Amino acid sequence: MDLSAISPTLLVASLMVAATPILLAAIGELVVEKSGVLNLGVEGMMITGAFSGFAAAVLTGSPMVGFLCAAIGGAALSVIFAILTQYFLSNQVATGLALTLFGLGLSAMLGQSYVGIKPPVSAKLDLPLISDIPVIGPILFSHDFTVYAALTLVTGVWFFLKYTRGGLILRAVGESHDAAHALGYKVVRVRILAIMFGGGCAGLGGAALSLVRVPQWTEGMTAGAGWIALAIVVFASWKPARVLLGAYLFGGVAVLQLNLQAAGVSIPVEYLSMSPYLITIIVLVVMSTNRAKSALNAPAALGRVFHASR
Amino acid sequence: MSKTLLHLSGLTKAYPGVIANDDVSFDIGAGEIHALLGENGAGKSTLVKMIYGLVRPDHGTMLLAGDNFTPAEPRAARAAGVAMVFQHFSLFEALSVAENIALGMENPPKANALSTGITDVSQAYGLPLDPERLVGDLSAGERQRVEIIRCLLQKPKLLIMDEPTSVLTPQEVTTLFTTLRKLKADGTSILYISHKLEEIRTLCETATILRGGKKVATCDPREKSARELAEMMVGGTLNSAKLQKTTLGEVVLKVSDLSLPPQTAFGTSLKSISFQLHKGEVLGIGGVAGNGQDELLACLSGEVRTAADAIQLNGVSLGHMPPNTRRALGVLAAPEERLGHAAAPDMTLTENAMLTAMTRKNLSHSGFLDWPRAEAYAKLVIDQFDVRTPGPHSAARSLSGGNLQKFVIGREVLQDPEVLIVNQPTWGVDAAAAADIRQALLDLASRGAAVIVISQDLDELMEISTNFAALNAGRLSDARPMAELSLDEIGLLLGGADAAA
Repeated sequence: MDLSAISPTLLVASLMVAATPILLAAIGELVVEKSGVLNLGVEGMMITGAFSGFAAAVLTGSPMVGFLCAAIGGAALSVIFAILTQYFLSNQVATGLALTLFGLGLSAMLGQSYVGIKPPVSAKLDLPLISDIPVIGPILFSHDFTVYAALTLVTGVWFFLKYTRGGLILRAVGESHDAAHALGYKVVRVRILAIMFGGGCAGLGGAALSLVRVPQWTEGMTAGAGWIALAIVVFASWKPARVLLGAYLFGGVAVLQLNLQAAGVSIPVEYLSMSPYLITIIVLVVMSTNRAKSALNAPAALGRVFHASR
Repeated sequence: MSKTLLHLSGLTKAYPGVIANDDVSFDIGAGEIHALLGENGAGKSTLVKMIYGLVRPDHGTMLLAGDNFTPAEPRAARAAGVAMVFQHFSLFEALSVAENIALGMENPPKANALSTGITDVSQAYGLPLDPERLVGDLSAGERQRVEIIRCLLQKPKLLIMDEPTSVLTPQEVTTLFTTLRKLKADGTSILYISHKLEEIRTLCETATILRGGKKVATCDPREKSARELAEMMVGGTLNSAKLQKTTLGEVVLKVSDLSLPPQTAFGTSLKSISFQLHKGEVLGIGGVAGNGQDELLACLSGEVRTAADAIQLNGVSLGHMPPNTRRALGVLAAPEERLGHAAAPDMTLTENAMLTAMTRKNLSHSGFLDWPRAEAYAKLVIDQFDVRTPGPHSAARSLSGGNLQKFVIGREVLQDPEVLIVNQPTWGVDAAAAADIRQALLDLASRGAAVIVISQDLDELMEISTNFAALNAGRLSDARPMAELSLDEIGLLLGGADAAA
């Protein structure tokens, strides 16, 4: 066992990459839930994005087209959910679960001929001099664009929710759809847009997995990342900064346990593999133990069906 | 004669199976406080929803200051100068006062300017309010101020107020009326919906009365007695409940030092509540919503467990017992929320009867349910309490508010309780049904049971209570004989320390 082989700098640099898929999916789901919709289909939208992004990147040779198609693919799948829950008033939990199963099945079927292919490499930010600064360089200035896109998105969502009128309306709709309707806001329209944004983000998260992190296509490759994203949103009490923390924590433990495995620590691999899930959830649960306070943050209309004629 | 601001002619709106408004026409003058009167279901809400653009009329026209007025949505109505304060507040608890106000405006100014605007308006009209506070922490009166200020910031020509005083203390009502008179002096018209007739007689100069969707009359309410107005609303004569004079028996229920921490983020805590309840007594507990009414009912009914000794029935401690054990001993309760708390909306009346009467009416035998007996019991309740429904097989949801309330109260009364606790027994119930419910409670007391009536309706408490206590911020005042209290004293009790505000 040789723990000195684990470099802290590389660890931090790689945890940012490892956390990005979950971070993207979670920040999207945060917006969806803030509008009062519970979409449990994150896993399905992620894997759909992972596949459509991979296929588009392979076919065109351009990773950027891949990411774009991943976002479109995730959003397209979420439109199914949006139509079913917002127009046909179906149960959000059941519809979300169905969406996950549908996404997993569809991507597995369409992706059969893509197994084993290598995707085009997505460019990394490589600034001369700056990227070569020891410690800071590898951590901050030598990632591919998804890492920065995810961080920008988190900041953008935080700013949007806190400071803009659109964000205020979105929170109002998630807080009480009846009151928002009485004031003349378009509850269904706001929610559909939020659901599509969530789908797009989940799709991007999937592509970050299949084009950057792995990078390869395998059936069911999201392996529960969508579920962890969902859990992070709840335990982060719907706050963007805490979502970031939760995702990086998960990524950190995931990378660390891989390093520990490589270093030959005498803990059974199964325990190491489950540790990111366990630790992330335990830390976030402890952080949100003040139940009265975190309940305040929960969108009051979360998961409730809205019917305008009332 | 002032000139007309809003002219309504021939407004008609039909829903499947019911005509909500049938050819309603009247005028609202500029700078006039116009009352809209009617029973529940008379069509008041539909009418104002049409004016506010939430519902589109089938026929008829509206003219606002001479121009055709057909708002397709509330935004259009607001842009034309129509503002509305809702009966059930359209506020967002987790957002601040300023955010709530911004949501109700078409073009809200920047955050700083808005805060200044809120402070200015609130001072000009005597409505103190801090823009940064969370609405969830405000009292009902303060929440209403948020709604009113939201409307005033848009300088409306017509302000619609839907049952504004139903949640206010008498002092808050006085403050509100001062504000409304100031607005009227500034030239704003007010459409004031209420079924509190005395208020309308003091405040309004014109009243339009609706019954069954049709306009019955437009008159000057100051020239009519409250009784005449009420009879126009109901279309018949009214009986008021009579308290049969009874002497109070021995103490049945003793509550001592009952405290409860807040149950939710915006919940109220109960602070050392003590009182005694005698046989044959009707104890009226007044107070504005959100001062601990729901919590008190939950403690007494057994939904929330407390220290065993805090609640004693005939010397038996039952603070630690769950609801069904208490029911077996004779403590029954009917909570405020009819659909979802007192009754399961999608279950039939028979099933709902089974749910609370199972213990006392022996509706189950060794774990098996006796449906024929439950149905017979539901039928008994329906007959005795004149519940208008096709039969015990109807879902609770299908009943109108008043009928379901009669069923809910009747279901408990007919179980011969020793102690019955009811919260808001006549909230949203029309006058005739309310009178029946009050009479049933009084009859129960005269048979020797003890009754606690928690209500925000002071007229109701004055009509039926033997003793009165006020609940304010989770504290209960000492119970005093109702007959000895003046309206001012009651108001001070209700307001607690805030009475000066």
